[in-house]
Amino acid sequence: MRAMVYRGPYKVRVENKEIPRIEHPNDAVVRVTMGAICGSDLHLYHGMMPDTRIGHTFGHEFIGVVHEVGSSVQNLAVGDRVMVPFNIFCGSCWYCARGLYSNCHNVNANATAVGAIYGYSHTCGGYDGGQSEFVRVPFADVGPTIIPDWMSDEDAVMLTDACPTGYFGAQLGDIAEGDSVVVFGAGPVGLFAAKSAWLMGAGRVVVIDHLEYRLEKAREFAHAETFNFTDYPDIVVEMKKQTDHLGFDVAIDAVGAEADGNLLMHVTSAKLKLQGGSPIALNWAIDSVRKGATVSVVGAYGPIFSAVKFGDALNKGLTIRGNQCPVKRQWPRLFEHVRNGHLKPSELVTHRFPLEHIAEGYHVFSAKLDGIIKPLVIPSAA
Amino acid sequence: MDRTPHAYTPHDVARRETSEQLRARIPGWGADLDRADRPQFPELSLREDLTGARWEFPERQPGGESRERSIEHAFVTPVFGTAQPRRGLSGAIRKHAYAKYSEARAAHWLMLIAADRVEATGAHLMSIVRLHPDNPITETGITSELTRSGLSSRFGRKRSDTNHQWMDPVLVAGPFVAAAVVGAKALARARRTD
Ligand SMILES: NC(=O)c1ccc[n+]([C@@H]2O[C@H](COP(=O)([O-])OP(=O)(O)OC[C@H]3O[C@@H](n4cnc5c(N)ncnc54)[C@H](O)[C@@H]3O)[C@@H](O)[C@H]2O)c1
Ligand SMILES: [Zn+2]
Ligand SMILES: [Zn+2]
Repeated sequence: MRAMVYRGPYKVRVENKEIPRIEHPNDAVVRVTMGAICGSDLHLYHGMMPDTRIGHTFGHEFIGVVHEVGSSVQNLAVGDRVMVPFNIFCGSCWYCARGLYSNCHNVNANATAVGAIYGYSHTCGGYDGGQSEFVRVPFADVGPTIIPDWMSDEDAVMLTDACPTGYFGAQLGDIAEGDSVVVFGAGPVGLFAAKSAWLMGAGRVVVIDHLEYRLEKAREFAHAETFNFTDYPDIVVEMKKQTDHLGFDVAIDAVGAEADGNLLMHVTSAKLKLQGGSPIALNWAIDSVRKGATVSVVGAYGPIFSAVKFGDALNKGLTIRGNQCPVKRQWPRLFEHVRNGHLKPSELVTHRFPLEHIAEGYHVFSAKLDGIIKPLVIPSAA
Repeated sequence: MDRTPHAYTPHDVARRETSEQLRARIPGWGADLDRADRPQFPELSLREDLTGARWEFPERQPGGESRERSIEHAFVTPVFGTAQPRRGLSGAIRKHAYAKYSEARAAHWLMLIAADRVEATGAHLMSIVRLHPDNPITETGITSELTRSGLSSRFGRKRSDTNHQWMDPVLVAGPFVAAAVVGAKALARARRTD
């Protein structure tokens, strides 16, 4: 089969690999019909995630057709069209039993702090991902769901990560009716977070980025007020002015480890890997909210320490909540929202790259060229 | 200043729009207003259905004996990834990083990052030996700079990342250039001593 493989920082190519085998009785092998590149993949692509091995196939957002099932699989059959949450999870450990699917303890031997994610380095379990023609899907009875007839493929693939994660970001903000909400980052995750904040009754939604084309999308798709942080000498001061010097009730960090806006922070983390992530947006979030506020963090950070302004968080009495999104727990509600038209996830898809051209897809998404918001990946056989 | 900002008084900041106005303007506004009825609440809720799992502890996938694991785990998890097993020098560094240091230790992660660089360098050299050399043009997707409006996407647009994007080609090409320089020097030295 053809599969994207990592060749070192900033380099990927497509190679022939063996079709994955059933390795556990509850495995399935899925033939991928559509995949996507996530902002998280860029952290791997830039070499920021420890234990990202040469030859690793990335990709944790994909849908496909069941190609083979293990002997104990009961909920899926060969030929079923399935969407697969980006988390790999067992369904029965202490965490899964409590709905914390992204924190499953039975699937990632390499680390306890993070669960397992398809195609997301050995630190996240060492599973090859879905930017390929076939992928091994562990716990086939637990994770995947048959795509409802009424749902489009592009909506389904957006529901495997970006849309639920944005919605989850808004939920972690514990938004109450009338709250003011500031979202850092106008990528797919931030745009969905901004849109979801309204569903939860926000009174005001502000989105911050430095890419004008994405801020335009935030105004149009997410009905948000927008600020380009390069227009202000200090975006935190502007956020104070915007809220009568109180600060926002809720902030959502949808930027993560490679935040821009402070060259030193960016270079020490994204280029030199001396920090687990450049916490510029997170620090802005901490400083832009009022005392006693909630900061929701869905932007991803690596396992190495980062220079977070913890003193400000403490002194302001903030509640900081973050996690990888437990995608399947969000689905029933999100399916309703998609069905009744409150959310149209595929509206953020701007690019569709054939798997064979994936190197171009990574470069365009990483360098933010050509008005890109969300790139999909289409395997040749699909 | 004609008015004392609200932060310095007991009063709440006045809302710009009422809930009725927002409901009229924004599709779906307030659909999930009830904080007790959002999919994440209550955060720790014992799930009756166990989401399709028919086991208390999953059957063990074979082959875990030789696999690396975090020493914070009691054992290799019952299910694990089998992509790219450890090999060679980078594999030895990784094995040590896992066997000796917990996730709490910076040494664990810094050794893993070092192993990544060692492996990448080795892979570039091997790719030449194996006659499937890494191609810095196709593998970086750099030609999309021409086909996907590289210049107009970047300049005159207030972007703040243009101040470091120039470093990327240096990071990518650096090792190739360094290897060429070292190679040329070695060759020159070999010639002189002939
Ligand atoms: N927690 C989860 O489950 C989960 C899931 C998916 C993605 N993520 C993470 O969410 C983040 C965003 O993902 P995405 O797909 O939207 O990525 P993306 O790269 O498309 O978007 C990131 C955006 O942040 C902007 N940005 C950079 N610095 C900023 C700053 N200082 N302030 C405001 N904006 C800034 C960028 O210009 C870009 O538009 C990533 O870190 C990703 O790893 C987390
Ligand atoms: Zn993702
Ligand atoms: Zn579990």
